Amino acid sequence: VEPRHGDMEPHSPGPSIWPVGFAVGIACVLAGLVVSRPAVVIGAVITLIFGVLWARDAMRAGRHPVEETPAPTEAPPIAAAAADLDYEVKTDGEVVRYPRNKFLELTTLGLGGVITAIVAVPVVGFAVLPAFTRQETPGVDLGPTDNFPEGEWVEATFLREPALGEVTRRTAFVRYNGTVSGDPNYTIISNRCVHLGCPVQASGPRNDEERETVEVENSELTLTPVLPANYSCPCHGGAYDTEGNRTAGPPVRALDRYKFSIVDGNLVLIETYAVAEVEGEGARAQIKAYGIQGPGEHVDGLSGWMYPIQPQDLR
Amino acid sequence: MEPNRTYQPVPPPSRRKQRMSDKIMALVWAPLNWLEERSAIVSGTRYFLFRKVPSDSNWFHTLGSATLTAFLVQAGTGIILAFYYRPTPDEAYASIRTITHDVTLGWLVRGMHKWGASVFIILLFLHMARVFLFGAYKYPRELNWIIGFTLLVLGMLQGFTGYLLPWDQTAYWATVVGINLNGTGPVLGPFLAQFLRGGDEIGPNTLTIFYAMHMLLLPLAIAGLIFVHLYLVVRLGVSSPPWSEEAAGAPRLDEEPRGPGLVRPRARGRFAR
Repeated sequence: VEPRHGDMEPHSPGPSIWPVGFAVGIACVLAGLVVSRPAVVIGAVITLIFGVLWARDAMRAGRHPVEETPAPTEAPPIAAAAADLDYEVKTDGEVVRYPRNKFLELTTLGLGGVITAIVAVPVVGFAVLPAFTRQETPGVDLGPTDNFPEGEWVEATFLREPALGEVTRRTAFVRYNGTVSGDPNYTIISNRCVHLGCPVQASGPRNDEERETVEVENSELTLTPVLPANYSCPCHGGAYDTEGNRTAGPPVRALDRYKFSIVDGNLVLIETYAVAEVEGEGARAQIKAYGIQGPGEHVDGLSGWMYPIQPQDLR
Repeated sequence: MEPNRTYQPVPPPSRRKQRMSDKIMALVWAPLNWLEERSAIVSGTRYFLFRKVPSDSNWFHTLGSATLTAFLVQAGTGIILAFYYRPTPDEAYASIRTITHDVTLGWLVRGMHKWGASVFIILLFLHMARVFLFGAYKYPRELNWIIGFTLLVLGMLQGFTGYLLPWDQTAYWATVVGINLNGTGPVLGPFLAQFLRGGDEIGPNTLTIFYAMHMLLLPLAIAGLIFVHLYLVVRLGVSSPPWSEEAAGAPRLDEEPRGPGLVRPRARGRFAR
């Protein structure tokens, strides 16, 4: 039968102003995160106070005192019958609980639990763990270093993992900066926008007539000369200068870069790393480098504390 | 009814007609009786369908059933689409094109699934708005509100995972953005994103993970929760509208108006029945 409207029936916790205040506090925190820090503190205090009051109210056993059930005056007949037995049995209300009964109940539930765990743990592990293990990616061969003239940008598209196919196609902007104390120096910027991962484009002329296709082991890559004034993202308007520093829009850091090495006269990309910001240019650039993190994640400052560990830290 | 009016009694059916209809009814009822005796399915269905509802329930109360219907349409069309869809990076887009352009009536079933997805979410929100504005989430139905909210989240996850499956540029980049958005959550965000991607980068695994979630995990979870949702609806009954003077068929016990509240019975003469 439908309980009637409103507050006529006793129920716990009863209606109160505390949840409303709690919700106001949460709203204040959320709004404060956007507009002002002091509002966050005020909101947190409101949330805490009303939360405590709400919890205190909820823990009282209703507003109406519970009537005490009168104690049974005499033992139920079944318990009286049990008293005649020559071993001890316990009564649970009206039902006699023999020790064997209790034992079988526990073993059935316990064995069922153990069997479930034996089956479930590997299955759940299989569902979750593969995403976090065995992730080493091979280096990417970008072909002979002659393809990258000094001081000019080349847009390279390549397969990160040729075995997995086109879905791993990635783009990097490569500039040879000449040699620094005998070692070749490259600026290699990943085109993954550090806002939410869309592909940034080189804003500027693009020389498609001189596009080259280079055959490398297992796959081929294309190299296109570009003349970027900056890099910009089509999704939400993030913009970066040619060193990858954010100049406009929502990105939270500078564009990621690739580590590289020279193997047998070929330029080989190894892995990406995150960059907070870059001072200076080309070979003299001072790069604040961090381990790679996902797009949208701060790497430095107060907000960087929100991401204390990364999945790759556990490998 | 006017008191002085007289009515002609309906003439009893002829005996031959009577016997004929008895036979037909017996024929219809024979298998149902067989089932009823062994499973109580007929009385169970009656108990579920022919419940007492408030006499002043209205069309807004049908939004929940409409949402359920939309879900069943999604389930049915989705199963048929799975006959032809291939969740691999090389074949997914081509198989979607095949369904749309080559398979007989494929365009219709895919269209129903695509537009039905939006209908499902819209109906979810309308149903939620009805429950909120009618105050039907209040005691003793708070648990059903929580289950309903979980269903909303699962429904939106269905939208997120289903959006990737056509595997075109929009689908791919929307999913990249969606996963990275999850990745920006503090502390656990990067791990959630890693799980959704099935690795460091979006790849073939991402597509199959999303496919399995969209096809198996989430629909099963939604179906299970809908079952619990309906169980609680049957157990607790349908709530009356806020302007109602009666509570689900039972007359009010207190006739005197209550104190000043937001909604006082009889205070809204326009709606009083």
